[in-house]
Amino acid sequence: MATPDFDRVFGALADHTRRDIVRRAIDGQEGVAELAGHYPMSFAAVQKHVAILERAGLVTKQRIGRRKVVRTNLQGLHAARRLLDRYEDLWRDRIDRMTDFITDTRETNT
Amino acid sequence: MTVTAVNKDPAALTMTLDAEFDASPERVWQLWADPRQLERWWGPPTYPATFTKHDLTPGSRVEYHMTGPEGDQPKGYWDVLETDPPHRLAVRDGFANEDGTPNDAFPPGEMRVTIEEVGSGRTKMSIESIFPSTEAMEQVLAMGQEEGLTEAVGQIDAILAEQRVA
Repeated sequence: MATPDFDRVFGALADHTRRDIVRRAIDGQEGVAELAGHYPMSFAAVQKHVAILERAGLVTKQRIGRRKVVRTNLQGLHAARRLLDRYEDLWRDRIDRMTDFITDTRETNT
Repeated sequence: MTVTAVNKDPAALTMTLDAEFDASPERVWQLWADPRQLERWWGPPTYPATFTKHDLTPGSRVEYHMTGPEGDQPKGYWDVLETDPPHRLAVRDGFANEDGTPNDAFPPGEMRVTIEEVGSGRTKMSIESIFPSTEAMEQVLAMGQEEGLTEAVGQIDAILAEQRVA
């Protein structure tokens, strides 16, 4: 069963620069310009990465005084982790029920 | 332990799960081909599934709904892509609206089932789930194997662990 945000969240996290941004932004101290200083790429490229993370709900931009900082949405991260685990659990449960059903019908039908 | 392997494939947001059953491929196939058997395992006891339309001929649409504890009935459908009893079934699976029409707000995923005998009366079933293909997924593909899902999951765990310590 597909989960609506799955591709967006994992697509966003599948790049190591973006994961690094997510880690740095936990403190919510830096704006896009400061973040860009950590990477050997243009401001525009970093801005693009931040926008992808923002669309996936993994970071938000917050205004602190006159500055705008990027802050990691920890709830979003937890949700991403849970999605994957839940999907695996869903199928593990189904396999258990399949196994039980096969066993039950074998006992009653043969 | 019947689940023998779980692979969260980094290349394309797919998850593959292998399971082994002490039964023939024909018996395992019946779990999919007979809607009444399918209903016994597709949903959990608290959210049982009812298949209202079930025909595995390629091109057919299978329709089902779940029934929740509150009486809610979320609907889903499969568009059958490929059928080769008792070995292969491939469907496009999506959410449906109240009236049973596909819910276009959520792009459908794909599910591929492979069933094969592995000897001494045992059968291996593999389920491959492919999540909706979007711009984001193309990016994942372009980034190759090592930057994938498994790594992302480990990374999330690491970030969360750091956060707990801080």
